[in-house]
Amino acid sequence: MTARSVFRTGGVPVWVLIVAALGALTILVPIASLATRVDWPRFGALITSESALAALGLSLRTSLAATATCIVLGVPLALVLARSRFPGQGILRALVLLPLVLPPVVGGIALLSAFGRRGVFGAPLEAAGITIAFSTVAVVLAQTFVALPFLVLSLESALRAAGSRYESVASTLGASPTTVLRRVTLPLILPGLITGAVLAFARALGEFGATLTFAGSLQGVTRTLPLEVYLQRESDPDAAVALSLVLVAVAVVVMLATGGRAIPAMSRSAQASRPASAGVQK
Amino acid sequence: MKTFRMAAVALAAALLLSGCAATPATPATATPAAPAARTLTVFAAASLKGTFTELATEFEHANPGVTVALNFAGSADLVSQLTEGAPADVFAAADTKTMAKITDGSLATGTPVLFASNTLEIAVPPGNPAGVASFQDLAKPGLKLVICAAAVPCGAATAAIEASTGVTLAPVSEENAVSGVLGKVSTGEADAGLVYVTDIYSAGSRIAGVTFPESAKAVNHYPIAALSAASQPELAAAFIALVTGATGRGVLAAAGFGTP
Repeated sequence: MTARSVFRTGGVPVWVLIVAALGALTILVPIASLATRVDWPRFGALITSESALAALGLSLRTSLAATATCIVLGVPLALVLARSRFPGQGILRALVLLPLVLPPVVGGIALLSAFGRRGVFGAPLEAAGITIAFSTVAVVLAQTFVALPFLVLSLESALRAAGSRYESVASTLGASPTTVLRRVTLPLILPGLITGAVLAFARALGEFGATLTFAGSLQGVTRTLPLEVYLQRESDPDAAVALSLVLVAVAVVVMLATGGRAIPAMSRSAQASRPASAGVQK
Repeated sequence: MKTFRMAAVALAAALLLSGCAATPATPATATPAAPAARTLTVFAAASLKGTFTELATEFEHANPGVTVALNFAGSADLVSQLTEGAPADVFAAADTKTMAKITDGSLATGTPVLFASNTLEIAVPPGNPAGVASFQDLAKPGLKLVICAAAVPCGAATAAIEASTGVTLAPVSEENAVSGVLGKVSTGEADAGLVYVTDIYSAGSRIAGVTFPESAKAVNHYPIAALSAASQPELAAAFIALVTGATGRGVLAAAGFGTP
């Protein structure tokens, strides 16, 4: 490879490159500027205060629980959406992905209507002595609500890109549907599952609006890191900035770990590795 | 342009001298000089939304050509906006601590004036299903109580009452703002919350209030000040005169605010 291959415009006009650079700066400048606001001498102390550690610990625990829930519920959902055919599938798919475009606070109000004290399911649960609102379970529920579409979408793209050729062969060889799923499908889509799980984790970690609305804000119980940032703004803006930077760092690690393969690019990367079977189902 | 400004000064001075009684007769001498379109920008605590909107309308009526632009937000938002250089003429805070952040940064001119006070009241869902009757009742086991976090003014007031009464509260949530508390009480998710008297006034039938004598242990005083970055210092002074004068008192009292 010559030096030429390092910079290729790919036929893109120069003015497009300039606007593209502005687009990238729109995102990069605010994030980079955040670092200039950090009170570096106090940084360590700010992010290891009692309330910060409680929030960080809670965020990690709830986000992991939400990711696990997303995997358990999302893998079957993605399989059904990608492989099965039934009436209303398109509508179901659109509705399941709704949290991607809904304001989280709307998600929080919806969760309250379902699982709140006077909610559709919350009221009978309350009568049975089970309270969800204001508990850590509510945080996990809110995070799962917003993160599940990320996992489903990543996985569905991976499934579609992988095609069903290997599965067909396995079943003609006598493998039961469960065996095909376990021995062929899941290993095939493992990279997609990992990417989806990492994205779901990142989304759960950043959940704010639905949590605040549905779960409340109490140290060690429901006050996750984003809620702590929001609260610290009131009393100690330096702490809010320091904790924001922690969340940015986690997000950067996540995006680099998934190779920056955000959702729409998933199918492209899957296609690259399996060109023969790509785009079998449209 | 210069004549306009002169007219503006004359108008504002006339208003100021008249004690801003909003009588059209007094400023009439200045009014015919084609009032310039001017905008007075007022930053005020979220709890002042109803009263300041009303007072701004009165101010606009009394000052033809003047538009009052209002910005209501939580204390932290307003302080950060002002310290970041948001252009404003007047700032009204929900507590003296918040105002101190502005005066400490030399962002205000003169000494802030106290114009109202507010105390806490217990908010309960309509019908008071948990039967809350006193501050002590809030500590009852099993009662779902929502309060403001100590970092925000309503939470600081709550903590002060807790300390003075010796009652330890065990809330299920500590919200960032009064609106968070009201939302959780009005939907019945919580049995009780602690908010300001004025919040219960403005919440109407969604919320019922339970007064308690210990609320006198934590009184929030509302200060107002003209800002040093003001582009309309005369109008700012006139608006402050309106708020602290008889008209302002009347409007604020009707909304549940106490005397400063």
